[in-house]
Order: sequence, then C-alpha cells, then structure tokens
Amino acid sequence: MGLLAFSMTGNSQTRTIMRPIKGGTLIPLYGLDSGKVWVDDFLLDEFAVTNEQYLDFVKKYPEWKRANAKSIFADGNYLSEWQSDLQLGSHMNPKAPITNVSWFAAKAYCACQDKRLPSVDEWELAARASETKANAENDSSFNTRIIESYETPNTYSKTVGSTYKNFWGIYDMHGLVWEWTSDFNSVLISGESRQDGEADRNLFCAGAAISASNLRDYAAFMRYAFRGSIKANYNIKNLGFRCAKSK
Amino acid sequence: MTYGFEYPSMKLLLLCSIFYLVGCSGSSHENGENSMDIEVNGKINAQLTSPPHVPDPIGSRPAKNVIVDMEILEQEGHMANGVSYIYWTFGGSVPGSFIRTRLGDEVEFTLKNHPNNKLPHNIDLHAVTGPGGGASSSFVAPGHEITFSFKTLNPGLYVYHCATAPVGMHIANGMYGLILVEPAGGLPKVDKEYYIMQGDFYTKGNNGEPGLQPFDMQKAIDEDADYVVFNGSTDALTGENAITAEVGETIRLYVGNGGPNLASSFHVIGEIFDRVHVEGGKLINHNVQTTLIPPGGAAIVEFKVEAPGTFVLVDHAIFRAFNKGALGMLKVTGDANESVYSGTIQEGIYQPEGGSIQTMPGNQGAPEAPSAESVSERIELGKSIYARTCLACHQEEGQGIPSAFPPLAKSDYLNADVDRAIDIVLHGKTGEITVNGKNYNSVMTAQTLTDEQVANVLTYVYSSWGNSGVEVTPTMVMKRKSAH
Repeated sequence: MGLLAFSMTGNSQTRTIMRPIKGGTLIPLYGLDSGKVWVDDFLLDEFAVTNEQYLDFVKKYPEWKRANAKSIFADGNYLSEWQSDLQLGSHMNPKAPITNVSWFAAKAYCACQDKRLPSVDEWELAARASETKANAENDSSFNTRIIESYETPNTYSKTVGSTYKNFWGIYDMHGLVWEWTSDFNSVLISGESRQDGEADRNLFCAGAAISASNLRDYAAFMRYAFRGSIKANYNIKNLGFRCAKSK
Repeated sequence: MTYGFEYPSMKLLLLCSIFYLVGCSGSSHENGENSMDIEVNGKINAQLTSPPHVPDPIGSRPAKNVIVDMEILEQEGHMANGVSYIYWTFGGSVPGSFIRTRLGDEVEFTLKNHPNNKLPHNIDLHAVTGPGGGASSSFVAPGHEITFSFKTLNPGLYVYHCATAPVGMHIANGMYGLILVEPAGGLPKVDKEYYIMQGDFYTKGNNGEPGLQPFDMQKAIDEDADYVVFNGSTDALTGENAITAEVGETIRLYVGNGGPNLASSFHVIGEIFDRVHVEGGKLINHNVQTTLIPPGGAAIVEFKVEAPGTFVLVDHAIFRAFNKGALGMLKVTGDANESVYSGTIQEGIYQPEGGSIQTMPGNQGAPEAPSAESVSERIELGKSIYARTCLACHQEEGQGIPSAFPPLAKSDYLNADVDRAIDIVLHGKTGEITVNGKNYNSVMTAQTLTDEQVANVLTYVYSSWGNSGVEVTPTMVMKRKSAH
C-alpha cells in the first residue's frame, strides 16, 4: 500500500508503487486518421508525485532548485508557492500533488527514478477506467463525474489517494490535477502537411467538432484543449504528474 | 470568401470557412472612407465596466491605441435564491466586462488566465477581422497571459466569447460579453445607458433546486435550459438591482445574447422601442415592440420613458421570463402624465407568474416536500418559495404593482382572513377585490405547492412587512382543502 510507504519515509525518497496496466486499443479524440492506436502493457504510479516527494528530489538534485532552474526549462512560476528553495509553502499540503512544475522538471524527476512520463495514449488508456470497468468511456455517469471534477476549484491541495481508485489500482486519474504526459503537444504537431501555425487551430475552430472521434466526450475535449494550451516550460497550479515505465 | 487553406478534409474546409465568415463579416465598408486608413493618435487604457454599467461614451475623441487588460476568473457565483454555480468569466462578471471603442481604434488586448483557474481559455471577438476573431492568437493556459492587437474596422455592437473546446461548455458557463465600436463622433447622446445580456444555463438540479449546481452537459446538448437569465442570475436586474431612470429621459440599452442555445425575444413590458439598431448594426428600425436577438448577436435599443413605474424586461418567450428567470426591471421615477398613461394597466395577454408549476384556478395536487421544524425555519423556507413563486407579481417588499397586483405588505385584505388567504394560494383568485382602499381586478393562478409549502410561504408573508405575524401550519392548509 503506497500510503503505508509514505509513513515510513522520514526524509528519504519515497517509492511509489507501480501498477500494471493491460495494453489495448484506443481511439484518440483527435485521431487524424480516425484510426485506433495500440498501447502496449505498461506500469503506472498509483499516485501522482507529491509535494514532499518532489522536495526530496530537489534536495538530491540541486539543479532543480527554484533558484537554479533555467528559464527555458521552467518559467517564472516554477515552484512559485514554495517559501524557499528547500521549503514548501506554509499553506501547502505535503501529501498533495506537486504542481507548478514544468514538463522538463517532471521528465527529469521520472528519469531519476528510472521511470518516464506516460504518453498521452498510455495516460488516456489508464484514465478511461472507472472503479469497476477497465473501459468506462461509454459510462455517462463516469464522464459526468469527470467533468464535474474539472469544474471544481482548488482540488490541487487535496491529499493524493483522496478521490477514487480505478480498475487498475490507480488513484486520482481525475479529480485532483491535470497531469503531464511525454508527448502532450503531439496532437498539435501533426504529420499532416498543414501550414505552419495552423495545426493548433483545430482546438478552437469548430472544425474540432468535426474531426473528433466522440462529439460528446466533453471531458476529453477539456483535457486535449488543456494540453494544447501549454508549453514544456510552463508551470501551472493545477498541473502535476505521475511516472510510468515500460514492461 | 476563401483563405487558401489546403485542408485535407473537405468538411473541415467548409466548416472553417463558415467560421471565418463570422470573423471577417465586415471587411467591406460603407462609410465612404476606408476605416483601415484611420490613423491612431495616442494611447489610452480602456475603461472596463461590469454589467449593467457601460463605460463613458467616446464622444469626439480621435482613434487611439486602446489598451484592454482582461482577466479570466473561474469562480462560484449566485444564480438564484439559494442556488450557486461555478461561472467562468471575463473580468469576474457574467456577462464579461463591457469594452467600448470607436471606429479605427487599434486595440491592444491582453488576456490573463488566473493561476487558480483549471482550464485554458481564449477570446473570439466578433468585432475582430482576422482568423478566429482573435481566438487563434489568444489561447492561454492558467497562470499565463497573452497579448494580441486588432483594428476596429466596422462600427456596431458585437459579442465576444470564449472559443476553447468544448466551446459550448465555455459559453454555457458564462464566457461572453459585448464590445461596442462607435462610429466616428460617437453615438447620439442619451441620458442613461445600460448593459444587459441574456444567457441560458444548464444545471444538474432543476430550476430552484438549492445548493452549488454543476453544469449538465446532456441538458445543454438537448437545449433544455433550467435557467434563462439576464446578466448571469435571476435577480441581477430585479429588486434593488433594478436599473433606473427618470421620466423624460432617453434610455439606451446595449442588449446581447450569449446563448449558448436560445434566441431572445427581447421586450420591455409597457414600453415601445423608439429606435432599434437591428442586430447591432447600421440599420435602424423604429417603433419596435419586441426585437429578436440570436445567440452570438446583439441589438442597441433606445426609448424615451414617458411614465413612472416599474417596467419589466423579459424574453417574451414568456415561460423563460416567469419560470426560468429572464426578467429584469427598469424603475422609472417622476411625475405621472395622465395623457400618456391613465393608471389602468391593460396587461391582458399574459399574466406574470411564479417559478413553480401552476395550474388554472380549481385544480389541485402536489408532491411531498421536507417539513419545517420551527417557525423561524418555516419563515426561512417560505422566503425562498416567495422569491420563486410570488415575487414577480407581488414584488420584493410585498408592495405589489399599483393597479395590477395587490400589495401583501400591511394588507388589510390579507390580515383580515387567514383561511381566505390559504384558499387563494390553493385555488387561485379572479375578480375584483379591494385592498387597502384600492380596487384590483386581475387573475392569480392556483399554485401547485404542497401543504407544507403553502404554510411556509404564508407564514413568511404574515411575518413580514408589518403583517399580523400569524403562523400558518400544514394542518390549517389541509383543513381548508377538505373544507371544499
């Protein structure tokens, strides 16, 4: 049990338990070929990385201290709520997900654990599981719950594990924070011969609706729109991450 | 109108072309001079106002660089009595801040997405000539800001809105507002100007169900609105929030419709619009009773108020007004002019009604509801029933509307006979009555309320505004029912 691991940690790096996710086919929302993609089996952290875990990481790797982080890797909001380089903000919950971290920082964190960030497709595959079903895409009450959680303010300060545990044993895939993925911006940089700067328009042009695979999956629209709005050096209060690993 | 995009999908091409048509509807100009050639002279910060207020007129100022600084806030707000909602807002209000420019201005627009927000947003201004009306240049993540600029090429009143996927949901949560582009020299001077925007809302609980209500996607897709309101809430323009004027003044209303789904049949009860800038554009129509405002559209409405009183603003698709909240008030003070208005209201076509389901006099039947534990709880529960069911006619302070709806405040008729009052709530009332020395001849429909609700609302009325303070219990109501 991961929570048990926390209580034993003291100040050393906590190991988050990984759970196996069975691979399968997935239809991405903005599938350009409207085709299915295959996702291999992989492992995923059962919790998002927490504030205290990230603090341990920064202690070990001082190049990721707020004062040392290069702006091309992390903009001015990096760890902006912390009191100092090695101290969380007084109002911060140590067991809440780490947020205000960039993609570069998240990637480095996972690499230092001998892990990696999940891809969008891996993340979506794991996230479509409800408590009881591996694929709850067509469960309207599950989708409604997800949308409601996206609309609820200030969920980033809740303790990891405080929402629901899904079919794979993964907690909080929806309900706490957005999560970085390794290829979050790949939906914009398509292989198609579009004009420069045109690719991202499908997120706000009504064209989005016509190319989407599931018109009613508003929750997915919101995730893909969010991913489309960010850059790798952004640090956002509602954006954290968890790590993955190939099997 | 093609832009030479080589989209792989023909359908996509068609759809995007339609989209751009909206964005650049006015690249031809009828003003003689080309508004592209208007030179700007100096820089000013735009005055932004929350509804129902509008910024100062542009008057004779030349075209300038106008700096607009707008913050996006996702925040809990008041929808109706006891009902709240997470609104997504431009500038902290629904509709968003009013932006006032003149023809030829070069607007430098900074859109800031507050760090506490969860979602990315952008802005599509219908006054912008360019891809996506600014949307393609203004897509901004939480905790970030973005700046773009545009030149105002066509005078008129335009809607702006968020156009981030899922677009419908961003609009349904309140992300819309108005931007005015005045012609050179400004619009003619008037005495009062106000900003009103209609929107439809879709909540998990039905109309009136208390608490924080989440957005209901299915109802939005079905276009089955729980609330249709002016300025984001059922009471944004009623009671003490009513807009005001004095007899003899000319009023200009900037009226928009954010939608997302429903067109507005905008009407002011007891007024005729002297002038309507149809669809917010150049065409002016005169002597208009009701003007149609589509979602994503606007109109400028002007009229002189000749008589004192309360004028009710409605969407004349009338169930929206009396059952879903699309109701506002304009209170006009000053001396009555008998030749304009004799004092006898002739509102025979439709009867203002409350928010609960109603039946004509004579019918009965109601579901069960929770019961009050004490007199104070009864009064509290009764207050919200009053707000939903009675307030539209009998008014916030029970004062009624002279000659139309009798007062409940210090009412001799009410205090004289409790049983009669119960009967009227249960069965409705038609015909002439005398209240506090004045005659009324109107219709009140029977209210489909439970015994408990009837008891609560009457106890609230009796305990308010100088009335006798009698408690009405459900048992008393039940006895009156069986008395028939």
